[in-house]
Amino acid sequence: MTTVEKTGNRRLSAEELEAFGKEMDAIRQRIVADLGEKDAAYIYDIVKKQRNFEIAGRALMYLPVVGWLPAVACLSISKILDNMEIGHNVMHGQYDWMGDPDLNSRMFEWDNVCPSDQWKYSHNYIHHTFTNILGKDRDIGYGILRMDEDQKWHPYYLGNPLYAFLLMVFFEWGVALHDLEVENLVAGKRKLSDNAEMHRGIMKKVKRQALKDYVLFPLLSGPLAPLTFLGNATANLVRNIWAFNIIFCGHFPAGVASFSQEECEDETQGHWYYRQLLGSANITGGRIFHIMSGNLSHQIEHHLFPDLPARRYPEIAEEVREICERYGLAYNTGPLHRQLWGVFKKICRYALPDRKRPAAAGVEAAPALEGVAA
Amino acid sequence: MALDTSTSSVHRLGGRVLRSRTVAALASPHGIDRYLTRINPMLAAHEVRARITDIRPEVSAPGAPRVATVTLQPTSTWRGHRAGQHVSVGIDTGEGRRTTRVFTVSNTEGKPGEPLTITVRAHDDEHATPYSISKYLTERATVGTLVHLSQAEGDFVLPDRVPEHIVLISGGSGITPVMSMLRSLQRRTHRGKVTFLHWSPSADRQIFADELEEIRHQGHGVDLHILHTSEGAPYLSPALLEKLVPGYRELPTWACGPASLIEAAQAAYEGTESLKVEYFKPPKTAGVAGGEMEFARTGRTVTNDGATILDQAEAAGLTPESGCRMGICFSCTTNKSSGRVRNILTGETSELPDEQIRICVSTPEGDCSVDL
Repeated sequence: MTTVEKTGNRRLSAEELEAFGKEMDAIRQRIVADLGEKDAAYIYDIVKKQRNFEIAGRALMYLPVVGWLPAVACLSISKILDNMEIGHNVMHGQYDWMGDPDLNSRMFEWDNVCPSDQWKYSHNYIHHTFTNILGKDRDIGYGILRMDEDQKWHPYYLGNPLYAFLLMVFFEWGVALHDLEVENLVAGKRKLSDNAEMHRGIMKKVKRQALKDYVLFPLLSGPLAPLTFLGNATANLVRNIWAFNIIFCGHFPAGVASFSQEECEDETQGHWYYRQLLGSANITGGRIFHIMSGNLSHQIEHHLFPDLPARRYPEIAEEVREICERYGLAYNTGPLHRQLWGVFKKICRYALPDRKRPAAAGVEAAPALEGVAA
Repeated sequence: MALDTSTSSVHRLGGRVLRSRTVAALASPHGIDRYLTRINPMLAAHEVRARITDIRPEVSAPGAPRVATVTLQPTSTWRGHRAGQHVSVGIDTGEGRRTTRVFTVSNTEGKPGEPLTITVRAHDDEHATPYSISKYLTERATVGTLVHLSQAEGDFVLPDRVPEHIVLISGGSGITPVMSMLRSLQRRTHRGKVTFLHWSPSADRQIFADELEEIRHQGHGVDLHILHTSEGAPYLSPALLEKLVPGYRELPTWACGPASLIEAAQAAYEGTESLKVEYFKPPKTAGVAGGEMEFARTGRTVTNDGATILDQAEAAGLTPESGCRMGICFSCTTNKSSGRVRNILTGETSELPDEQIRICVSTPEGDCSVDL
């Protein structure tokens, strides 16, 4: 396990945890009280831009040759905005306070093959509640990859880099199948019949998504049908690659801690915040980059306050960073290439069996502290 | 005329295309309305929106809350309404928030796409920010304001064939659905007899006063009794009903008003099938206090004080989603994982585990846990 100590962080005393939690609560309360016109205007504007990109993307497909690349670009941007800054965040309930059914977490459906209700369960509940707790958070390796030394090695994991590559290319399908817990089916912990209803839900959504992207819009473009088909598939691929990379940078770069179930029994609110902070990593970048990543480039702030509108994360980030400094906790952030490199190294490193001595120093950013591993 | 039919048939064809399965598949998952609204908010294939075309003050007695009748021109998707039905009205009242409340449709029954009116009394609503929707409609809204509607809902309606003699009973603002019924009966040229009993505090706060006066003068089979309680009029009782409407227990009756009036009417009609009621406001809860009310998702627990689960959740600092606060709109539907709850509208209790309940009209009885 990448324990807190191995990441170079210290454990906080019960009193410190409580004070730390109170400071986080205070940020939350201040933002909640301030929600209003500006947040609403922002998300309406993003939705408007997404719809415009989508319409432009669909329309440009009719322009033979010269239109294709811009069409794919527009459609990719539309799908990325729809899934990340709009879909992911709306489904977290970040805009429920607005009372607009179009932006309500219970009603929103995204442009993605994973049905929103299944995603909300595995993401909002399982992943956000049990973040980086081994054996509970199924987002650690998504049931296919080995991303932590405490996941027992098996020759199957030699394929780690290949599986990661395939997961990237087919990311939306991976997300959709994630809830079926195929690894638990194989292990006999889950029965095929447990999946019947989910399977129906997924198939319904898959059919709808495939019908519009791979049948109707191509048909509507007449002789250009093959190009439209290819264009739509490329836009879905671009979105898959982008989303995979942003999301893997959220929890798997060097220096992110994982936790054992024992550590998190009867957890206090303060420890929950502490775990969210040490289990997440940010990516630095400009304004457009943050928007295109659904502000998941502020994964730390997102995990601390999953239901606050994401546009608030940059302003919260400065405060969180300052609090971390005072408590002597690392604030894991870096440019995209560095975080990706960390993820890549982990994927390759854990493909291989553990070395005899758990020499964490070679893998992790910070040296392990002897004798205090949990 | 010829032009009219051709535009309306083009319109109908357009509507059919927009509502077709092909268009739905192309616009999936967001739906075609999300794109149409970019062109014009009054263009819709499924949703109902409306623009305010007129706001007419009904009562402006000094000191009394303002009452206004608001006329709405709906999108072509509005399917019309029957007299006595209600509609959810959602308005962006500022600070990026939309408030949704239920109002009775007050005009005569109407066909698809026809204008409708709602009659609104301004009152404070501590749960609506920054303005209560009734205050917004009576004080701030202007002609041209866009509102979001549901379709007309509710089964507090007259049957297609109205019996020979019927009784209408209303109290306070509960007059609105009853007025819509009365107006519709007059338009249908109902030949039978209508006895209409209405209770209100005083004459100067009476809404629809002029129209009621006109009905009284015209007669036409309407037997009208307006009882002002602050001027000593008696309240609803079996004896009073027997005096004003002999044999009332056998007559089909529709009653709408505050809880006290509904309860008095239910007592007077006990054992008969003649009475149909609609609460105008849900009864102020007299739930049973005691036990622990647990909000499982946020991990908070409070001592059950007998109020509705929605009120208790809000008192505990939670902000669960809610709408009408009277059990109509289902926005507040929440999973109750355990415990017994009472529906304050029907008095029914249920203790099924993992049950979907409307928390605005449910009070816990003893320990209870909901997913909030």
